[in-house]
Amino acid sequence: MQENSWVPLFPEQASTFAWQVDALYFYLIAISAFFTIGIVAAIIFFVLKYREKEKYATGAEIHGSIGLETLWSIIPFIISMTIFLGGVLVYYNQYRPPADTMEIYVVGKQWMWKMQHTTGQREINELHVPVNRKIKLTMTTEDVLHDFFVPAFRTKMDVIPGRYTTLWFEATKPGKYHLFCAEYCGLNHSGMGGYVYVMEQRDFDNWLSGTVSGQTPVEAGKDLFEAKLGCASCHQQNDQGRGPTLTGVYGKEQKLTTGQTVLADDEYIRNSILNPTGQIVEGYQPIMPTFKGQVTEEQLVSLVAYIKSLGAGGGTNSAAGGSATTGNTSGGGTMNNASNSTGTIAPRADRGESNTQGSNPNAPRNQGETTAPADRKR
Amino acid sequence: MQNIDAINNVGNVRPDPKDNYLTNGFSLSSWLLTKDHKRIAILYLLSVSVFFLLGGIYASLIRLELLTPQSDLLESATYNRVFTQHGIIMVFFFLIPAIPAILGNFLIPLMIGAKDLAFPRINLLSWYIYIVGGALTVWALLQGGVDTGWTFYTPYSTTFSNSYVMAVGLGIFINGFSSILTGLNFIVTIHTMRAPGMTWFRLPLFVWSHYATSLVMILGTPVIAITVLLLALERLARIGIFDPAIGGDPILFQHLFWFYSHPAVYIMILPGMGVISELISNFSRKKIFGYEYIAFSSIAIAVFGFLVWGHHMFVSGQSIYAGMVFSFLSMVVAIPSAVKVFNWTATLYKGQISYDTPMLYGLFFIGLFLIGGLTGLFLGAMGLTVHLTDTYFIVAHFHYVMVGGQVLAYLGGLHFWWSKITGKLYSEFWSKIAAIIIFVGFNLTFFPQFILGYLGMPRRYASYPEELQVLNIFSTAGASILAIGLFIPLIYFIHSIFFGKKAPANPWVLPGLEWRTTSPPPTENFHETPIVFWEAYEFGEESGLDLEDARTKYIAPAA
Repeated sequence: MQENSWVPLFPEQASTFAWQVDALYFYLIAISAFFTIGIVAAIIFFVLKYREKEKYATGAEIHGSIGLETLWSIIPFIISMTIFLGGVLVYYNQYRPPADTMEIYVVGKQWMWKMQHTTGQREINELHVPVNRKIKLTMTTEDVLHDFFVPAFRTKMDVIPGRYTTLWFEATKPGKYHLFCAEYCGLNHSGMGGYVYVMEQRDFDNWLSGTVSGQTPVEAGKDLFEAKLGCASCHQQNDQGRGPTLTGVYGKEQKLTTGQTVLADDEYIRNSILNPTGQIVEGYQPIMPTFKGQVTEEQLVSLVAYIKSLGAGGGTNSAAGGSATTGNTSGGGTMNNASNSTGTIAPRADRGESNTQGSNPNAPRNQGETTAPADRKR
Repeated sequence: MQNIDAINNVGNVRPDPKDNYLTNGFSLSSWLLTKDHKRIAILYLLSVSVFFLLGGIYASLIRLELLTPQSDLLESATYNRVFTQHGIIMVFFFLIPAIPAILGNFLIPLMIGAKDLAFPRINLLSWYIYIVGGALTVWALLQGGVDTGWTFYTPYSTTFSNSYVMAVGLGIFINGFSSILTGLNFIVTIHTMRAPGMTWFRLPLFVWSHYATSLVMILGTPVIAITVLLLALERLARIGIFDPAIGGDPILFQHLFWFYSHPAVYIMILPGMGVISELISNFSRKKIFGYEYIAFSSIAIAVFGFLVWGHHMFVSGQSIYAGMVFSFLSMVVAIPSAVKVFNWTATLYKGQISYDTPMLYGLFFIGLFLIGGLTGLFLGAMGLTVHLTDTYFIVAHFHYVMVGGQVLAYLGGLHFWWSKITGKLYSEFWSKIAAIIIFVGFNLTFFPQFILGYLGMPRRYASYPEELQVLNIFSTAGASILAIGLFIPLIYFIHSIFFGKKAPANPWVLPGLEWRTTSPPPTENFHETPIVFWEAYEFGEESGLDLEDARTKYIAPAA
């Protein structure tokens, strides 16, 4: 949307599947133009040619034609099936994140986007990503429905309270692209947006190192697990605790007391923290208390990231980048405190600039919003 | 043959002035307690018009706010209420009742040769329910309104919104019973009260489309009632149904809501399609092409319409396989609509086409519905709708169907049957001018929104990026032209009631039963029960029309 033409007609293409969406769009425009022009031309021709010759004369005795009815049912059906298949193919690419993605956590709340890099950097209403890297966003919200929409990437996904949704893209062109919330979320819905900055890898690395990172999600999760929430008192490393050990659990099928099996993914771990008696692993008692209301969405994201890191190889520190700056934040260790402070992201020249572009009506009131209490008690 | 003579000569008879439904009583109670379907239709006409005006005022506010990228004319808080109320008023209190409750109510008994609907008292009750639901909603709007969007998505509507969600929800809940009872009344009437000789396949297609609409009303509306009830339980009693914070599922709401609201889209377009079938055939003076196909395509739309709700939820985390099924069925439901368009076009072939105002609306409808329908395919294609959903593309799409389709059909029908309803003729000149202004204004308003949508402008935004302003200016300019176009009919219609020429019983010499009684009709519709011996849309002498007589009578004075 950064064209200079007087009337913009077409948005910028900046993701690997953008051209596919556009191809489908032009295919449909061609079909629509064909039928619209054809039928409108026929109507105009008939209306002019068969204008009544005499008042109250009767038109030709034609009642219908099975042949024509069949023809104009089947041909549109075939065409619609090509559209259907094209739509499915493109959707499949948008829907399925590839294996080797760089993961970023996104938590939406009225009315801002909070991004969390695995290396510990946090951003609000801005997302810096490297070009030509597959990025996967794992998203949830603290309150109502939101929708993460980047028109230049031709993708969007609803962000839903109580569950994780994912969205992936691979940006193809460095630049600054609009980020919108596309699902109505209340008062400042149209202000809930910002920009995605796509950068060359080198610039991105600079940005990463120049941005003070807080705890990485894994570190924060470890902190919560071992100290703040005390999960480790039951979920011990050695399988001697009252709860199952969580090392190596992530990504594996778990056998439940009901005899069913369930894949231990992000969603499952989240549910097990908030609703522990829902799915009990075989051999254990339903004794775990719920942590509903005690952990924020961001803390949950960290816990999931931590448990995930236990599964990845038993180590507790899979994210190397951020550990050096652990504890630097004024707010202390927990994710929650950190999220209340914009100080977790050091001011940088380019950030400052982007925030001062006040002409953009969508530019959210970043600083003001973030100093407000993040926890919204209902 | 006495009956037939009575029917044919009815135009010559000068009945007692007290004998038509408008002169049968002038007191307020003769209107408010009437059981006459025609008077009830007038009550609906007046009340629905008030809601249309109200919804239109909201629409103007939206367009004025969007003239500039900043949220300046209206603050976000106000803007959110304005677009919500525009949607609620227009959908529930204008589009759904407009054609069925006004034109359907007035015409179905006339078209099938009945004295009234099967349940006249229930018919009046439907109107009162509509008024109670509407009044409650308007009261809530005056108190401060509602800001959830007309879709009431949870958990915003159940937990976060501080607006009058419950009052408006109750208004919609109550109003739903009006739809259900009207649909029930129509179905029973069409089944049991057809005049002798009026077989199913001699019914005007207007009646067929209302039959299909009634099915959707009866089967779909209870679901929205249940949904509103569940919403109330959660909002008032904090029973966790939709809000995950208390154990609910927000997506469940979307399933329930669209299970009604997608079929409701067909409540809002099928009656319009029925009107268009009448207009195209009657003003081509030619039997409609593929009668059975048009009739059954209405039923097919009604049935398949219940199976496609999930296409509103392609980005809501629905499984890819469910999405594929819904996408496939959405493509299938497009076929019966396409069949209708092809049949209407084929009807024009070798017709005797006249360019009266209702026909202009009929032709404009086909053009706009084509665009509305074809852009529906864009939104049914999963990969494309990921980009398009929740943007102005979808806003443009449904306005092309709802306004370009249903509103134009409603206006076309109102012009077509105005002489029958009021017994007066409106200005042909001004009505043509208005139709053209509406067509131009409509396209200028909504076509730019397709482009805005593809550029990525999300819907329900009070402010938007600056580069999108030019297209928004076009849209607002178009909206003002559209508004002017819509005010002109208001003026000449009212003018015609007081100063218009008296309408003959059958100004266009058409075969439909509604034209074989006086204008306006007597309270009992027909002085004698008509006997139908002609097929639908027979324009020749074989349907009992005295064309020679008509030529001398109607053409001579004009010439």
